Amino acid sequence: MTLRLTNVSASLGGHQILHDVSLEVVPGQLVALVGPNGAGKTTLLSVMSGDVVPSSGEATLDGVPLPRWKIAALARQRAVLPQEQRLAFGFRAVDVVRMGRAPWARRPEEDLDDVVVAEAMQRTDVIDLAERSFPTLSGGEKARTSFARVLAQQTPVVLLDEPTAALDIRHQEQVLSEARRLAADGHAVVAVLHDLTVAAAHADRICVLAGGRLRADGPPREVMRPDVLGEVYGHPVDVIDHEGRIVVLPHRIDHPEESSCAPALS
Amino acid sequence: MTATLPDRASATADAPVALPRHRGARATALFVVLGVALVFLTIYAAGRGQLAIPAGEVWGSIMHRMGLDRGTMPTHPQGDNTLWQVRFPRIAMAVVVGAALSTAGALMQGIFGNPLAEPGVVGVSTGAAFAAAVVIVFEINVIGTWTTAAFAFVGGLVTTLVVYALSRADGRTEVVTLVLTGIAVNAVAAAGLALMIFLGDTQAREQIVFWQLGSLNGTRWEHVGVVTPLVAVGLVGAMLMARRLDVLALGDRAARHVGIDVERLRLVAIVLVALLTAAAVSFAGIIAFVGLVVPHLIRMLVGPGHRVLVPASALAGAVLLLGADLIARTAVAYADLPIGMLTSLVGGPFFFWLLRRTRKTAGGWA
Repeated sequence: MTLRLTNVSASLGGHQILHDVSLEVVPGQLVALVGPNGAGKTTLLSVMSGDVVPSSGEATLDGVPLPRWKIAALARQRAVLPQEQRLAFGFRAVDVVRMGRAPWARRPEEDLDDVVVAEAMQRTDVIDLAERSFPTLSGGEKARTSFARVLAQQTPVVLLDEPTAALDIRHQEQVLSEARRLAADGHAVVAVLHDLTVAAAHADRICVLAGGRLRADGPPREVMRPDVLGEVYGHPVDVIDHEGRIVVLPHRIDHPEESSCAPALS
Repeated sequence: MTATLPDRASATADAPVALPRHRGARATALFVVLGVALVFLTIYAAGRGQLAIPAGEVWGSIMHRMGLDRGTMPTHPQGDNTLWQVRFPRIAMAVVVGAALSTAGALMQGIFGNPLAEPGVVGVSTGAAFAAAVVIVFEINVIGTWTTAAFAFVGGLVTTLVVYALSRADGRTEVVTLVLTGIAVNAVAAAGLALMIFLGDTQAREQIVFWQLGSLNGTRWEHVGVVTPLVAVGLVGAMLMARRLDVLALGDRAARHVGIDVERLRLVAIVLVALLTAAAVSFAGIIAFVGLVVPHLIRMLVGPGHRVLVPASALAGAVLLLGADLIARTAVAYADLPIGMLTSLVGGPFFFWLLRRTRKTAGGWA
């Protein structure tokens, strides 16, 4: 199940966000989408999920353009973890995870619902929260419960929008190692990540997005270079090899008048 | 550098994990209690009124009609007649209308993802009432007794679509927008209703005014026969979409991500809400707040899952309206109070309390 974007441009509210992005996500890969604020990461993920239809170019899953997929069939192929976790009513955490089984209703796979839901909740360490009402959970607990819902959907393609934003380090590592495991099991996984060190540690491949264009695409070691990152983020960084792992350290701003914020004000 | 965290996943991987059970036992208990309450209240309510009939004789009369010779028949010469010509149709109407209003409320809250949505509050009832008033004033008779219901349905449908279109922005319905849209839509529909009152003759006026207040007085079996099938369709439809309504709580986008055709689901639900509201309004007038209070109480008891919420709300709504109607016709001797007045008297403060509560909980108020 390959997700392929060919020369995709996309606009939101009359404003062009993505310019001519071509990208292919294949099974067995964890792809990290990184880039500065407003680079178009979430929009790119929305194009991949089928929420945003490209204004030009094409987004295909398994060779079929996303808009041509039936909503239910598409839900059996790709799952999406949204950035924001909202719920209108006080469903319990376990009920929320069960919602991930909705695309499998009235199919043979439905019999596995309980097993799949229990396993997903264990993997994300939320089984103890099962009885709790979702709206009363903390931000990180909500994010993990939603991640469990995504796992329960059992799709070949998994799209994660900032899955670690609200998580402590233990759960951040846990969620990303699950994402890696998914990729190792043959899923195609895309995650929007902010922390470059974290992205470098977990991703098989990193796509750097800036100004709606794809600026770099490749394995962490090729992409995570001070010149590339410094230019894209408009801020100098050091890239350190720490016992075989890449650590990205931004330079500290000591003199506000020379800071990278200054040009924006002038 | 890899850490091996003593995480629960691997520690309990072999042990079978017990997921929390569905709230089945609680739901069953609720259904039993509501069912028993409905039966007892029916028999009790049938015996009350200007002509008092003991419960035993009511039971005997029902048994007799079912072809079973058990219990004693009503001793008063008019007893049996009163029961079957006046009280039972009215009771049946209270049950059906109560079920319709509560189901419509539960459905509407589900599709708006907002516990404050209700046909009465957002003006759908008034829209349906306006359309029905047109039938009364212009003495339109296209399909007999069904004419009023048909017009009310169209009026309700148009109003629901208008409220839906106006109060949604970016795939969400904010509470304030919804309530304010309700005020606006209510105002326009009420103006139409006022025009109808102005245009109508004395008899039509009286009919409209009474019906605006909401009353089950003078219900005939014929009316029950029109309303019941509509409500049955609405209820079955609501039950069929129950699981998908649950998923809608995730929001439009996430619901679509798990395979729900949100737009189609919402459109079908809107048609069902209009159908149920029209069925209730056609002969009983405007009875507000039932659809707000009942689903909320049920949610507090058995949680928000629609597979239990929808049928339990229908049953509880039937019990509530039956009780309210009993009070309406017996509270003051020789007077039939408007039932809509009673439900609004209780529902108004409840709505306010709910508003305060929703505002406190995170995310519910914007």
